[in-house]
Amino acid sequence: MIRVVLPYHLRTLAQVDAEVNLDLKGPVTQRSILDALEAAYPVLRGTIREHISQKRRAFVRFFACEQDVSFDEPDAPLPDAIASGVEPFWIIGAVAGG
Amino acid sequence: MSGVRVLVGTRKGAFVLNADGKRDKWEINGPFFGGWEMYHVKGSPADPNRLYASQSNSWFGQLIQRSDDGGKTWLPVDNKFVYDGTPGTHQWYDGTPHPWEFKRVWHLEPSLTDPDTVYAGVEDAGLFRTTDGGQTWHELPGLRQHGSGPRWQPGAGGLCLHTILLDPTDANRIYIAISSAGAFRSDDGAKTWKAINQGLRSQHIPDPTAEVGHCVHRIAMHRARPGVLFMQKHWDVMRSNNSGDHWEEVSGNLPTDFGFVIDVHAHEPETIYVVPIKSDSEHYPPDGKLRVYRSRSGGNEWEPLTKGLPQSDCYVNVLRDAMAVDSLDSCGVYFGTTGGQVYASADAGESWKPIVRDLPAVLSVEVQSLA
Repeated sequence: MIRVVLPYHLRTLAQVDAEVNLDLKGPVTQRSILDALEAAYPVLRGTIREHISQKRRAFVRFFACEQDVSFDEPDAPLPDAIASGVEPFWIIGAVAGG
Repeated sequence: MSGVRVLVGTRKGAFVLNADGKRDKWEINGPFFGGWEMYHVKGSPADPNRLYASQSNSWFGQLIQRSDDGGKTWLPVDNKFVYDGTPGTHQWYDGTPHPWEFKRVWHLEPSLTDPDTVYAGVEDAGLFRTTDGGQTWHELPGLRQHGSGPRWQPGAGGLCLHTILLDPTDANRIYIAISSAGAFRSDDGAKTWKAINQGLRSQHIPDPTAEVGHCVHRIAMHRARPGVLFMQKHWDVMRSNNSGDHWEEVSGNLPTDFGFVIDVHAHEPETIYVVPIKSDSEHYPPDGKLRVYRSRSGGNEWEPLTKGLPQSDCYVNVLRDAMAVDSLDSCGVYFGTTGGQVYASADAGESWKPIVRDLPAVLSVEVQSLA
């Protein structure tokens, strides 16, 4: 079971209260997590990654085990603690005022 | 008519304001989509309960919401806006080529006859359409592929397609406007387009009478006379009597002819409204007085409408999509400000009252007259 923490606006959009739990088969990577997340919550398509390029949106960052993995390759394996569900995969929006 | 519904898009959410035909007591509903920029919310003329809303922010991009019950509940629909083919380049602020990139939907214009068909004007400038109630969006690429496209340049707000007018007498005729490329007309259902900027004069561009490059802020028409158009340009209020083929200035005695909004009285095609703004560098009313100006002669002769509006220390702006009229017997006029007020007049502008005073900055105002 993979645990994903979404930022407030995406939780509201997906109508989830807390963490999202995903069943994932195969390697646990940014791409596989986001693919599963978007399959479970289609409304999130285009909000974390651009539709066509599938690149991370500029104001979104990914954290795993307190490490910023935003610039890692999308197919790079994530830490075992993420794959085993001990730690959540964090999707975070840039802090900003206004 | 039993009432009106005012649809307000703000920097931090959408609001739905309801009143009966007297328009003196209002029910305020919202915020919907709190925290998101709601560039535009508009209802279908063919089904007043069908609403569409453009929801976006810099973090998570674009969403489109649809309501089938007049704004009580909403459902996200498709948010995939992909330009047709290889989009090429337009000009950047410094005149260098810049790739076309989708940023947001500025304006949603539902079909006059089919609730499932909606046109979307987007930044970077392009025209999209859905024919399935928002489940899929497809670009109508003829506009972007107009030969002048590589010469289009953004205004300060971006290269935005912000105005879409559908001719009620000719389903193939569509008008659009882009800041700061200008106005365009299609006579064949958006396949091909003609730049309709003859007569415009813009001193801030190298060739003031160029085919394109004019910062058109808004165009309005009266449904009964769709060949007559009124335009609020960056500077200058303009009028065309021939479907945009030629424009003449009708700024007349306005205190300043800079502004964003323009609209036409629901029953009097020669009665038009603008809100003069001091200048392109100072986006607030001259002398701190918020005044709507009305012309009953289709321009040139203007009268200030001030009753109920702040006449001192007012420094708000009224953005291009933030004025609308209802079609009740006594025409109602509505506008929203960047200070969060939505003002309404139930007597064609003679007197004004705020429906609500303290919303986030208002981006758009639309009105539905309900049977």
